[in-house]
Amino acid sequence: MKKVFKFPIIIATLLSVIAGNAIAETKIGMITTLSGGGAGLGVDVRDGFMLAINQSGRSDIKVIIEDDQRKPDVAVKLADKMVQSEKVDILTGIIWSNLAMAVVPSVTAQGKFYLSPNAGPSALAGKGCHENYFNVAWQNDNLYEAAGAYANSVGVGNSFVLAPNYPAGKDAIVGYKRTFKGDIAGELYTKLGQTDYAAEIAQIRASGAENVFFFLPGGMGISFLKQYAASGVDIPLTGPAFSFDQGILQAVGAAALGVVNTSQWNKDLDNAANKAFVKSFQDAYGRLPSLYASQGFDTANLVISALEKADVKNAGAFRDALRAADFESTRGDFSFASNQHPIQSIYARQVIQEGDVFTNKVLSMVLENHSNAYVDDCKM
Amino acid sequence: MSFVLIAEQILNGLQFGIMLFLMSAGLTLIFGVMGLINLAHGSLYMIGAFVAAAVASATGSFILALVAALSAAALAGAIVEITIIRKLYNRNHLDQVLATFALILIFSEGTRWVFGSFPLYLDAPSYLQGAVTLPGGIQYPLYRITLIFFGLIIGLGLGLLITKTRLGVQIRAGENDREMVSALGVNISKLYTFIFALGAALAGLAGALVGAIQSVEVGMGEPVLILAFVVIVIGGIGSVKGALIGSILVGLTDTLGGIFLPKFFSFFMDLATATNVGSSIASMSIYILMSIVLVWRPTGLFGQKV
Repeated sequence: MKKVFKFPIIIATLLSVIAGNAIAETKIGMITTLSGGGAGLGVDVRDGFMLAINQSGRSDIKVIIEDDQRKPDVAVKLADKMVQSEKVDILTGIIWSNLAMAVVPSVTAQGKFYLSPNAGPSALAGKGCHENYFNVAWQNDNLYEAAGAYANSVGVGNSFVLAPNYPAGKDAIVGYKRTFKGDIAGELYTKLGQTDYAAEIAQIRASGAENVFFFLPGGMGISFLKQYAASGVDIPLTGPAFSFDQGILQAVGAAALGVVNTSQWNKDLDNAANKAFVKSFQDAYGRLPSLYASQGFDTANLVISALEKADVKNAGAFRDALRAADFESTRGDFSFASNQHPIQSIYARQVIQEGDVFTNKVLSMVLENHSNAYVDDCKM
Repeated sequence: MSFVLIAEQILNGLQFGIMLFLMSAGLTLIFGVMGLINLAHGSLYMIGAFVAAAVASATGSFILALVAALSAAALAGAIVEITIIRKLYNRNHLDQVLATFALILIFSEGTRWVFGSFPLYLDAPSYLQGAVTLPGGIQYPLYRITLIFFGLIIGLGLGLLITKTRLGVQIRAGENDREMVSALGVNISKLYTFIFALGAALAGLAGALVGAIQSVEVGMGEPVLILAFVVIVIGGIGSVKGALIGSILVGLTDTLGGIFLPKFFSFFMDLATATNVGSSIASMSIYILMSIVLVWRPTGLFGQKV
């Protein structure tokens, strides 16, 4: 009796194996930060990405997700595993620039595509650009350039600038100074991971600046904002969106209210793709999407749009399909510059309270169809 | 550089030092009395902050949140001591480091499992918010002043506990010769559980107090843990007085170094380089302090002669 029962199972298994081989499967490897500090960003990128994949209904796209723990060595090992044993076609997911620098050059050199949903270090936008590397989020300097442009537009004459003492922090200050036309009233580099900013706030108070530009991602920004609000200093703050992202605003609370920050996306951007995205993300996960979720969502939609035109095994055609960026971005207009980084508009947004949820609303467009400063350095 | 700015920075250094003291007091007792290197001390700090955030958002009371943080950390400490740490006293330090490092990972991922990956919200209560003006026109956040007083009171209480009570006598005796103490009829394992829970409670309290001005997130304890180890090495292992002096020294060095070193270098180099060199040396300053203290007094400021 038993034998008879087993037959259908064996046949079904065989059939599914045959069917699996018949339809060419696209394998995407996602290496992102899902544990340790900063896991919120990776979780949002993953959720946004998977939302788009599920919505597409394409069962031939297989996504393999691994956690890099925000450690470059782990990310490199995972990338090797994905390229060599999983044989993925496309890699994506990395949040942090130092991890991207460790992984991206080697995987693109092995002929794989890498689509960045977040990290956009200048080294990969200029001399180190590669035909298989696409950045769907930004070049890292974009939001700082927008913050400088915003300060000009509201007539700020001198700024106090503050960032952690590591490469991305220095890039932030450089980016801000590239567009800001006023004077620098003071410039401070803090320790990476610093949690107490009382000393810096005292210096800001003494500086007499007209505004403060700061770049302090993650927990650093939460600490700074709470302490700044308690200090009684009333110089206005501006910064890139990282410290005012949906994931951490609830932890900052009222201390962030009214702060102007720059972003290429916000949940109230008026386009159909964005409205549908915000609603479906809330339905699927029960929380408001963040900037990172929108980037994950756009990255997946870019991949899907390219797969509809070309097979990933045909690298040349697939690359052209990616370059066309023929998808509905949650940011509205979206195209690639010649170094395969976005040309997109960047907005100033302000932190507001809606009911008991802290979120952002768009104030104005600061930079229209903004590209990046490294286009000419990229010889592809 | 005005008087007000300098005075404010000294207060900042003092406040930072006092918070470090709450962390390092427990660490130094555990290390000194029990001979145990407890890397998971930072996790207890994190537990305090998370429990405080959860209780504060459920009840709206900051006092209740502090009490809950203190009790939860003490409870976690007692459970960990009884189930795991107790088996490590006779092992070498490497085994202890391995086991307590494993505890860090378990606590971190456990916290993420319960509370999620996103930072939690915890703020100072409304009656402690805003800034007050001190004599001399120094504007300083009220909450930080409260922290300084609160920490000093706890330090005083801990000092009295150790020097004036019977329990304190047992703790000091345990530090010197644990076998003799148990031979004299003191229940050494109960004493150890108590000390561990006390240290954990102080760490949890520090986490809750600091959580209100910083971010409550997974992994918040480890950077503080490193500083706390520096403090107890400077102060002398096992000495609560050493921990207090060491904490304030480290707090002041770290805060004032970060401000005055870049200024100092800007006298003879351009601003950008001075900021760079100054902040690099400032972040080394507490380790330089530690080396100097160790050269001068190899067992720390208040450590016992070997």
